[in-house]
Amino acid sequence: MKRRKFDVAAVPGNTARAVDDRFQVATPLRRLLNKVFPDHWSFLLGEIALFSFIVLLLTGVFLTFFFEPAMTEVIYNGSYAPLRGTPMSAAYASTLDISFDVRGGLIMRQMHHWAALLFMAAIVVHMLRIFFTGAFRKPRETNWIIGSLLFWVGFLAGFTGYSLPDDGLSGTGLRIASAIMLSIPVIGSWVTAAVFNGEFPGTIIISRFFIAHVLLIPALLVALITVHLGLVFKQKHTQWPGPGRTNGNVVGERMFPRYAIKQGGFFMVVFGVIALMGGLFQINPVWLFGPYEAWVVSAASQPDWYVMFLDGSTRLMPDWEITIPIGEGYVIPPLFWPTVVLPGILVALSLLYPFMEARHLKDYRSHNLLQRPRDVPFRTGLGVMALTFYVILTLSGANDVIADKFHISLNAMTWAGRIGLLLLPPLAYYVTYRICLGLQQHDREVLAHGVETGIIRRLPDGRFVEVHQPLSAGDGHGELDYAGWVVPKKMNRLGALGPAIRGFFYPIERPAEAPVSPGHPPVEPRPEREEITSGETRS
Amino acid sequence: MTSDNDRRRGLFARLRGRPGAPSRGRRRLGAAVRLVAALMLAGGAYTVLAPGAAAQENPPLSSAAADGKALFDVSCVTCHGRNAQGVEGRGPSLIGVGAASVEFQVSTGRMPMARQEAQAARKPEVFTRDEIDQLAAYVQELGGGPVVPAGDDLHAGGNVAIGGELYRINCSQCHAFSGGGGALSSGKYAPSLAPATDRQIYAAMLSGPQNMPVFGDNQITPEQKADIIAYIQQTLKDDGDPGGLFNLGRYGPSTEGMAIFLVGIVALVFASLWIAGKS
Repeated sequence: MKRRKFDVAAVPGNTARAVDDRFQVATPLRRLLNKVFPDHWSFLLGEIALFSFIVLLLTGVFLTFFFEPAMTEVIYNGSYAPLRGTPMSAAYASTLDISFDVRGGLIMRQMHHWAALLFMAAIVVHMLRIFFTGAFRKPRETNWIIGSLLFWVGFLAGFTGYSLPDDGLSGTGLRIASAIMLSIPVIGSWVTAAVFNGEFPGTIIISRFFIAHVLLIPALLVALITVHLGLVFKQKHTQWPGPGRTNGNVVGERMFPRYAIKQGGFFMVVFGVIALMGGLFQINPVWLFGPYEAWVVSAASQPDWYVMFLDGSTRLMPDWEITIPIGEGYVIPPLFWPTVVLPGILVALSLLYPFMEARHLKDYRSHNLLQRPRDVPFRTGLGVMALTFYVILTLSGANDVIADKFHISLNAMTWAGRIGLLLLPPLAYYVTYRICLGLQQHDREVLAHGVETGIIRRLPDGRFVEVHQPLSAGDGHGELDYAGWVVPKKMNRLGALGPAIRGFFYPIERPAEAPVSPGHPPVEPRPEREEITSGETRS
Repeated sequence: MTSDNDRRRGLFARLRGRPGAPSRGRRRLGAAVRLVAALMLAGGAYTVLAPGAAAQENPPLSSAAADGKALFDVSCVTCHGRNAQGVEGRGPSLIGVGAASVEFQVSTGRMPMARQEAQAARKPEVFTRDEIDQLAAYVQELGGGPVVPAGDDLHAGGNVAIGGELYRINCSQCHAFSGGGGALSSGKYAPSLAPATDRQIYAAMLSGPQNMPVFGDNQITPEQKADIIAYIQQTLKDDGDPGGLFNLGRYGPSTEGMAIFLVGIVALVFASLWIAGKS
């Protein structure tokens, strides 16, 4: 009797065939799995944001199981003794329960908060990469706009989440938000009344922010992220110029298996970093802030870092109140300019930048190759200028902490911020522009004359010159064209010296013996010199 | 008219409401006796109630206060002047500030001051505990003032929950939710509470040093002071930071923002360099 043998090796193939027989997916899937992605470390920054968003969804779902988004007053009776017997909102009490009584609740809360900070930080870093390399140019303007919107929607997600625990810090933030809404001319009081359902703080704002934070904003984020990734897929990723890379092709790794494995691994790394931070670094100790009461405002009450620039602009704003003599006199408070007008301008500028640049350069072609920041000095300068502006505002948002810990007068910090905000960005533009030109010039110099070898030669007439290793064959004076990519500036990139040792953390190969260039015979030991004397000996 | 008659009669007679006054000589005698009695009453009451020291021009100091005066005349007189009456533009008068103020300023090393600046900083103290007590006795005997109760443990029996609420309402605006301190205007600041002892916190509340308001026993009762000190010493300092090994200084979101860039983004950029380097 013949026993039928179960062929394990054939199982995947058979399964795949069975699936394809039913769903006919082989052809589209092959296209998908063979899709090529260019490989460069800076292309992984956006993924940090994507992966921390996934962590945000996972930890956030856990938190909703235990959070009670209500402002009904309860008497806390949990395990945190210093607040026992204190009247507080149900939202704050359940936040304390998550922190002290739910198993694993505190690390989940802290991971959620760290993941939120990382999400916003990664968005900004990713945006800087896109900006400085010109990846936003046609045909990718739409994706630039979606990315900018992702920052602002993430901003809203962060602010609503910051407000939910209803501790002293989040209530103070809400109070400021209500003041900002009130400062809008004409509609301000109506907007505030609509959002808070009457006077601040009312009894419904936590419930409203909760549904915005767990449903509306995440849905919007998911939709925007989907379109963002879909467009990257459709329009294909940009790539750096280089051998074999043109505006019309994509050189890189296939999606499956290498790219997928790398991305899976990178997700694990991001998750691990967030988990480590959630476990090691205490974030937002809500139990110390106590329940929100209108008369309790702690020193060093700051928003999370991505909102801090608005806090900073408010602190730097002079108290210019505009009174309009209509009726009994209408007042536009100074708060309106730094918190409503300024972010409005920033949003408009960031959304429109790709079109403004194309118009300025009269460049309406499609670009799939990236530019090195040094090759477009005005754009790099503008980017550094904007970054300087943002950093000064952010630092000013924490100027009381800086003043206190570095023993600087708070008034001096405010004035330094005001003056710095006007002077430093143009200065940053100028310095960046000059640095870019300098780097360009050095690239051209190497292309024209070759790489510096470090060998100094003395000419018969007594001059000293450095020997250059020409990049091109021939007489060494033919100038090469700049290809928009890294110009070799060290000998080991030319093979004249031993190549750089491979391996990231430790060498994964034996360093090769340096090959000896035929032009330069191996150096021999210096011949013994005879002492030159005058023939006489001094005694 | 009856009213005219009343006016001519003596006060007591009018109160008695009896017409028909006593004889003139008797009235004069009675008035003299009453005058003497009133004078003796007033004088006696003054003797009993007024401080005895005021009776003498130069009251003798107790021995501790005399030692304190000797220290004062060496270390403090430059700014606070002879007999602690203050020097214009240099140091205030110390008459009436009380032992609590001396104890706070000297035991935290703020006095003697290193230099004139926005605010005296805490530094290693110059005087020993006994010398501080002597200085305190001297200033106390100069003009009285608030005194810190005896004992080193002033938070025994304090309720941290009540103390926490009082702390958040009265103290956290300047000293921050964590007790880490905060900036005030023009280089002034609320110091960190981390090195403060029970007696120093109590003395600060009683005397209101530098930019701190006075929280006298009428505003915050001694029991409430014990609650606040209990919250600072037991909760803020011994909280143990359940959220992790590093509390990032408890400076709020500003250091958290720094951490996400210096730790999170830096670690992940290195990770992406590593992953992309593997092609």
